[in-house]
Amino acid sequence: MARLDLASKLGSWLRFAALIGAAAVLAAPSFQAAAGVDKPKLERGKGERCVEDTDFMRRNHMQLLKHHRDETMHRGIRTTKHSLKGCVECHASEKTGSVAATKEDFCMACHTYASVKLDCWDCHATKPMAKKPAKTEAAAEAKTSPLMANTQNGGAKP
Amino acid sequence: MSQPVRPEDKIENGERRAFLAAGAAVAGTAIAPGVLLYGMAQAKPADQPVSAKVRWGMLIDTTKCATGCTECVTACNTENSLSGKTGPQDSQWIRKVELKNLQTGARHSLPMLCQHCEHPPCVDVCPTGASFRRADGIVLVDRHICIGCRYCMMACPYKARSLVHENLTDQNPEVPRGKGCVESCTFCVQKVDRGENTTACVEACNAAGHKAMLFGDLNDPESEIAKTVKTYASTEVRADLNLNTGVRYQGI
Amino acid sequence: MKIAFREIEGKSQGYWGLFAVLAILAALGVGSALYMEHHGHIVTGMDNQIVWGLPHVFAVFLIVAASGALNVASIATVFGKTLYKPLNRLSGLLAIALLAGGLMVLVLDLGRADRLIVAMTYYNFKSIFAWNVILYNGFFAIVIAYLWTMMDQKGGRWYKPVGLLAFVWRLILTTGTGSIFGFLVAREAYDAALLAPMFIVFSFNYGLAVFLLVLMGFYAGTGRALGDKMVLRLKNLLGVFIAASLYFVFVYHITNLYFTKHHGLEAFILMNGGIHTLMFWVGQVVLGYLLPMAILFHPGLGNSRAWIALAALLAILGGLAQMYVTIIGGQAYPIDLFPGFEVSSSFYDGVVHPYTPSALELMLGLGGVAVALLMVAFAVKVLRFLPERLDDETVAALHGAK
Repeated sequence: MARLDLASKLGSWLRFAALIGAAAVLAAPSFQAAAGVDKPKLERGKGERCVEDTDFMRRNHMQLLKHHRDETMHRGIRTTKHSLKGCVECHASEKTGSVAATKEDFCMACHTYASVKLDCWDCHATKPMAKKPAKTEAAAEAKTSPLMANTQNGGAKP
Repeated sequence: MSQPVRPEDKIENGERRAFLAAGAAVAGTAIAPGVLLYGMAQAKPADQPVSAKVRWGMLIDTTKCATGCTECVTACNTENSLSGKTGPQDSQWIRKVELKNLQTGARHSLPMLCQHCEHPPCVDVCPTGASFRRADGIVLVDRHICIGCRYCMMACPYKARSLVHENLTDQNPEVPRGKGCVESCTFCVQKVDRGENTTACVEACNAAGHKAMLFGDLNDPESEIAKTVKTYASTEVRADLNLNTGVRYQGI
Repeated sequence: MKIAFREIEGKSQGYWGLFAVLAILAALGVGSALYMEHHGHIVTGMDNQIVWGLPHVFAVFLIVAASGALNVASIATVFGKTLYKPLNRLSGLLAIALLAGGLMVLVLDLGRADRLIVAMTYYNFKSIFAWNVILYNGFFAIVIAYLWTMMDQKGGRWYKPVGLLAFVWRLILTTGTGSIFGFLVAREAYDAALLAPMFIVFSFNYGLAVFLLVLMGFYAGTGRALGDKMVLRLKNLLGVFIAASLYFVFVYHITNLYFTKHHGLEAFILMNGGIHTLMFWVGQVVLGYLLPMAILFHPGLGNSRAWIALAALLAILGGLAQMYVTIIGGQAYPIDLFPGFEVSSSFYDGVVHPYTPSALELMLGLGGVAVALLMVAFAVKVLRFLPERLDDETVAALHGAK
């Protein structure tokens, strides 16, 4: 008797889970379709295309950013492809110069629409770097090579 | 090569030189030929992690540091977009400390900043691991996981840390800062990672003609800082705590 | 001898009045936390010198008192004093409630209170704070299990082992709380192994003082019988715990006084520290130790309920003063960066740091106390925590039953 109870309970739970799953699958396209009606308007940004496919970025930008954030923060990896700074450079609005100053700006357009709070901008600048004189880069490059040579020699000495 | 070198792979202070001598030979043969680890430190490719073969450090000659001069402080504030205000709730990453010896009356002036310890108390006490020491010796706060408990501020013997007490805007894109997190000197990590191998304060001190501050790789026997600390007496602040600080002082 | 436990009726004006006052205090506490969260810590009196303020005074007091409140249950379970067995449910309840109140204050004061989930998912196991997160969570779980063994027939056979576990856990927990300060090498007032056992003795003291007040309060309020036998035993125990606290404080200061390097700190706390000297001598020593001991051991006053209640209240106030001296005083005294030098800087090196708590901090602290008491007031109404009668005959029967 008890076994039967358990089995039927289990069965009903499974059915419930399946129902939820089916609902999720069915809802996904319909949600997208609905979204088509009043999709958030956002400025696309500069350049030909994003660093990844648009569809991929829509779903995965947060994972890319989080991965990159940890790599940069803890290991000093400074590639630009998936850096937040890179996003801001391209996607800052022409009107406000920012990705999050108004509800129409690139990040806020979708995040307001989906009502997903984001706290990146508590700390990070929403505007691209102000243009600096180009000398810093040149200086860095000039410094690099002789030092490389230097240390190669130096390394051999005790 | 791409294997990250963790801060745990630490070398005891005394053994460091010997290790370097041996390490250099090994590095030259065993690892990619022509690319030495010291070289990596000077201009690390952007996709490579920082390495424990480098230990960034600073040497401050207090005999050259001028009383009342705050060039280093101003430069730090500009580089890291700090307000420069000095109220009790304002952040100060570097400050000038004026000293007077109680017995002899001797006066000294010196900049005090995060000492980038090898064994940082702030890292030990941080509950979430937001305070951490990078492989190359730079002590940082990961603001993504800092909860603002301020235990690190209680633990730091140098009073090097500040809490951001209010909302901030217009941060430097390379130096994110925000309300509710603890912060301190980063050794201008954005400049170091760019391969500039200097900090805003050191640049300013040199530009002002004092040349009281020297930044470089303590692990590179050919670097100016390594040669200087090997030749002349220098000391750590609160050396009794045995923290092996990355910042050392001469003349006190 | 079976003890009958019963919910309190909780319909009187007094009950709802108490409930309303506590609810308002709790709401004010949460409100001020939200205000702090929105504006940042700039609206508080805390700054980069006094980084932990009044909220921490209340929070640490509540957390220490929480583990101490469990003592009565431990005496019954672990040390086999059946006399106290009727009180062990209230003891467990108070322990949970005080800890919850204290943690609420601690968490709401965080710079990024919205990231509490981070504190639960990222651990640095070298951090005593991280251990404490585990110790607090474990304490909740163990004491809830402990209460279950007391209150459910099915749990009966686990009563002893779980009680023992809870006792050991609470000792470790308070060791952890004391070590939050004891492990700080940077500041002269801390950096001492003595702080851990000292906090354990403080916890005996504060926990029992709170327990005694709450017990007497509920029995007086509900008109249930509470005999002298129980009250006098508890008050004698409180007197002993207060004396032990005084002893530890004496040893702490006499050790510091012996070391020349600590003379500056000791002069600051004991002689010329302004508010901190006042808090130490008047708050902690006189109000917290000497006066309540005099009352509790006085042949006449020591038998009066009103005076015993006053003594317990004084012990609690003394405890808050002690936390103020330990936490604020320990930070107000400047860090000695360069021993042998006089120092000055724009970052307030070498000067005593002033601290004026804002009303927000006080409200947050009191909010934590209110939440703790609210939990107790609610729990005794809906569950059977309090014995119906604790008159002398019942107590004597229990005492004999041992």
